[in-house]
Amino acid sequence: MDNLLRYARVLLVSACFMTTQGFASGDGAQLAAADIDPDNVNSLQRGAANFMNYCSGCHSARYVRYNTIGRDLDLSEEMLVDNLMFNAEKTFETIQVSMPPAAAARWFGKAPPDLSLMARAKGADYVYNFLKGFYVDEESPTGVDNLVLPGTSMPHVLWELQGYQAAHFVKHENKDGSVTTTFEGFEQLTAGKMDSEDYDEFVRDTVNFLAYIAEPVRGFRVDLGKWVIIYLIFFLLIARMLKKQIWKDVK
Amino acid sequence: MARIEAEVGKPQGGFMKWIDDRFPFTSTMKYHATEYYASKNFNIWYVFGVLAFVVLFIQLFTGIFLTMNYKPSADEAFASVEYIMRDVEWGWLIRYMHSTGASFFFIVVYLHMFRAMLYGSYKKPRELIWIIGMLIFLVLMAEAFAGYLLPWGQMSYWGAQVIISLFGAIPWVGDALVEIIRGDYSISDITLNRFFALHVIALPLALIGLIFVHIVALHEVGSNNPDGIEIKNNKGADGVPLDGIAFHPYHTSKDLVAIIVFLMIFSSVVFFAPDMGGYFLEHANFEPANLTATPEHIAPVWYFTPFYAILRAVPDKLWGFILFGLSVLLPLFLPWLDRSRVKSIRYRGWIYKSALSIFVVTFLVLGWLGTMPAAPVYVLAARIFAVIYFSFFILMPYYTTIDKTKPVPERVVYHG
Repeated sequence: MDNLLRYARVLLVSACFMTTQGFASGDGAQLAAADIDPDNVNSLQRGAANFMNYCSGCHSARYVRYNTIGRDLDLSEEMLVDNLMFNAEKTFETIQVSMPPAAAARWFGKAPPDLSLMARAKGADYVYNFLKGFYVDEESPTGVDNLVLPGTSMPHVLWELQGYQAAHFVKHENKDGSVTTTFEGFEQLTAGKMDSEDYDEFVRDTVNFLAYIAEPVRGFRVDLGKWVIIYLIFFLLIARMLKKQIWKDVK
Repeated sequence: MARIEAEVGKPQGGFMKWIDDRFPFTSTMKYHATEYYASKNFNIWYVFGVLAFVVLFIQLFTGIFLTMNYKPSADEAFASVEYIMRDVEWGWLIRYMHSTGASFFFIVVYLHMFRAMLYGSYKKPRELIWIIGMLIFLVLMAEAFAGYLLPWGQMSYWGAQVIISLFGAIPWVGDALVEIIRGDYSISDITLNRFFALHVIALPLALIGLIFVHIVALHEVGSNNPDGIEIKNNKGADGVPLDGIAFHPYHTSKDLVAIIVFLMIFSSVVFFAPDMGGYFLEHANFEPANLTATPEHIAPVWYFTPFYAILRAVPDKLWGFILFGLSVLLPLFLPWLDRSRVKSIRYRGWIYKSALSIFVVTFLVLGWLGTMPAAPVYVLAARIFAVIYFSFFILMPYYTTIDKTKPVPERVVYHG
């Protein structure tokens, strides 16, 4: 029986380690850590404002209800209506986009995707680096390209805040004649309203909010989980005593 | 021990007699629980059968509630899963329990099968239990595969696309077969509907039926034990095996402890890491199925990856399919491939011990390779390990014959 418990402990510890395992980046591009704090309500509130001001014009979050955001982010109904709900009447509505998808597809070449689950599908780090990864590219119809998603049809919506940057690439020839291009760094071309630290914070808050809407129940789930484990430990002690009592005459 | 049995075994009057005159309740309870004797020296490896039962119950229970809210249509499936996750009361818990349960079903079943390989539980007279068990495993694979299509995410769609198209490699009938499975020229609303029917009715029925037969067969011959000794050969004056103790209350009270420990691990995943880093819920499956955009890297869920790695290791489509099928089916023949005189690994020689260790490593490495992109170095590794995988089975009649075994004791080893 002690063996069994020792096994269980090892398994439990390894299960807990797995929780800290992050997303693997898709295409080998080095992604800087988004370093978001899902328990920071102020950051989430700022992120919600950022999202409604800068993203929701083109992107829906069609599975997300305003009143869920209000409940989880400590926002009163009044605050929701006054500050976040630009095109919705009732707080139980979901975040829809006013731009017709068909028209959007014609204008941008591809309708802007719904963002309800983007942070969960791509990972917070991916979205964080994407939003910081726009650089000037004269050949692109939008005037910019993106380091994380080359050829993206999304324009640099946040140019006013970040300003424009150039990306420097270095090409070197391999022994077999093929050419490898490596990214060397960004260079700020025009200043935005924010310095780079403030812009980082802005993007981090926004990504934090996107990660939140991808799974609004996350905080509650983790809190509840602790109680479930405590209950099971208690139950385990009783079951152990029962087992010992029943087995005491097995020789 | 005697006291508890006396209570259960005493003649019943009144209500129980009324029942027993019409239905074999007391005698069935005796046969399968209070007078079913199993060895007292069961170790950790013997809990996974019961745990598989627990997971089955979790899957059936949560599945019923998911079915109440899920919509099996290509237009609505993805949104209905998000509806369950966000708007249905406790829907997120039910869904995470179900998705986590799917992975834990395989963890538990793989460990349960490995137990049989450790202690020779498939050997005479338990060949039929093993074969029924293998059928359960096959149905479970089909059940999991059908279920994985239902959320209608990118990986649901493209994973199914890849696996179903494998059947197209079969000569003559391949294309027709693929069409019959899909019910369409591509995976569509029709496919989703029929997979839903298979997942919630046909396959669970088959699963429960097979599990019932599995247990009936087990209770007919009796459980094996870590020493691989038939405890029925050493009976006391009362006809009870000397090394056996009643399933209830002895093994049940021990299993209860194991079940709670299992639930602690299970809950840790459900509450703290339901995605399990993309292994239990793949990241790409949070994007709705898109028929026009193939994900750059399609990987089946982790429990299929050892076999998937073998499939990919073969350059020819038909042979890939054949070896893939063989890799799944070969364990079925273990009772006849294993020629050893002893059952338990405790009394086997170094050859089988090494072979089994190498096999475990091979299975894990193949599983890992199956999750990786098909880069040349991985494919080469998969080929090498596929050869080792098949060698374990094909060479088994030889190496189990020449392996030097140790003498098996009369009675089971038990330290109290």
